[in-house]
Amino acid sequence: MWSLENITKSVDSWLNLQFSPTIAFLIEAVIIMVLVIGLFAFLGLVLVYMERKVSSFMQIRLGPNRVGPMGIFQTAADTLKLIVKEGFTPNNVDKFLFNLAPFIVMVVAMVVLAPFAFSKGFQIWDVNVGIFFITAVSSLGVIGILTAGWSSNNKYSLLGAMRSGAQIVSYELSAGLTILVIVMLTGSLRISDIINAQADGWWIFKGHIPAIIAFVIYIIAATAETNRAPFDMAEAESELTAGFHTEYSGMKFALFFLAEYANVFIVCAIGATLFLGGWMPLHFGENNWFNTIMDYIPGIVWFFGKAFFLIFVIMWFRWTFPRLRIDQLLNLEWKYLLPISLFNLLLATVIAITGWHF
Amino acid sequence: MFVTQYIKDVFGAIKSLGIGMRRTLWYFVRPKEIITQQYPDNKDTLVLAERFRGEVVMPHDENNEHACTGCTACELACPNGSIKIVTKFDITPEGKRKKAIDQFVYRLDMCTMCNMCVVACPSDAIIMANDFEHSVYDRTRLTKILNKPGSKVRDGIE
Repeated sequence: MWSLENITKSVDSWLNLQFSPTIAFLIEAVIIMVLVIGLFAFLGLVLVYMERKVSSFMQIRLGPNRVGPMGIFQTAADTLKLIVKEGFTPNNVDKFLFNLAPFIVMVVAMVVLAPFAFSKGFQIWDVNVGIFFITAVSSLGVIGILTAGWSSNNKYSLLGAMRSGAQIVSYELSAGLTILVIVMLTGSLRISDIINAQADGWWIFKGHIPAIIAFVIYIIAATAETNRAPFDMAEAESELTAGFHTEYSGMKFALFFLAEYANVFIVCAIGATLFLGGWMPLHFGENNWFNTIMDYIPGIVWFFGKAFFLIFVIMWFRWTFPRLRIDQLLNLEWKYLLPISLFNLLLATVIAITGWHF
Repeated sequence: MFVTQYIKDVFGAIKSLGIGMRRTLWYFVRPKEIITQQYPDNKDTLVLAERFRGEVVMPHDENNEHACTGCTACELACPNGSIKIVTKFDITPEGKRKKAIDQFVYRLDMCTMCNMCVVACPSDAIIMANDFEHSVYDRTRLTKILNKPGSKVRDGIE
């Protein structure tokens, strides 16, 4: 049967047949780089268009509808404009850090992608600490934001970057604790183990109460970690013009913008992997006709379907809820989400030890 | 109790956020509710509210007659001097001299569409029209003569 696993395996064996193992490895690395950059370009185009359309429909507007049918080429035209624009560097900035910051943000977003399983056997690096690697590396993104804010030599940028730092450091905690719930239920940090454990039902169904609480808290924390409204303290258009990327223009601004949407995809892909089974089709129990029908849909469709559903939920949050003030934001995390997720972790421990999940 | 209040807060927050999300989803799945007017495309079918105030016009009937007696009530009512009435004297068939308007000068570039001239007019000679596409290449074209050439006041209006 056709599958991405067979394609990657045949490419790998063909390359090893033609070249020495070192050169084959290098060629594979280049192929992976091209695929990752292609995925990011695709995400940038699709998610920006999706965001604009979702927001406009929720606000009873039409959204982009002039460039191409239903405005589908709008984001391509915007990208073209951003490429043509001058990459302006203001006076009195720390030039090295100023030019480095967008790349830090972008590279972090790309490195996080390594342990993700897009389909069965279609994974860059099935490391045994997969989910730990993801949480560890995704926290590094804030360094890029802090670098951008600090090097811009601008009050607004610095304020936005500091807020972003406080926000991400806070919300990493509850995001990590909710991820621990699933790690506890699975008993493994490896992404492929987590997904295979959901072959007879996704964790959100099998783990019942603690998994549902963890899912809700994870979605809230993920929204905050990506610096999106209602937690857009780092950008805060109404107070800080654009926060940490006030001084950026052209393609450097586009990299920040792209990294934001790539991060949205990444947190949603983590959520889909942990709670909704990653590429695993919707299964209930074992070996019945329902599972057989669901297996006909390829894993990559399931994975992207789930990830895009969660992205839609996050966009839905953004265009429904009013913004939080910085003190309300920290109150929400330290007084509500963190205690609840700690209790939830305790509950999940009890359930995992006694085996009360399905 | 503190703990019960805490739990109430959490569930109350989730409930109120759910109400908001239901409302936005309601609009998201109903594209027919979209109120955006695709303006230059729907120029032919565009319907404006009757109360919309675009500019002052003086309606003329089929005999090229209007209802303006030249009383200058509108000129006095206008807060920013957009109206200037030039009067003349007609000779009636009985040989009497009668006051009438020569030119009703209306300066659209100064008008704020406050509607006070229309309210002040005793004979309803001027009304507010719906037309809103006023851009011209020369601002002198915004000074308009509202009474048509050769028009006269309708009989029976004093």
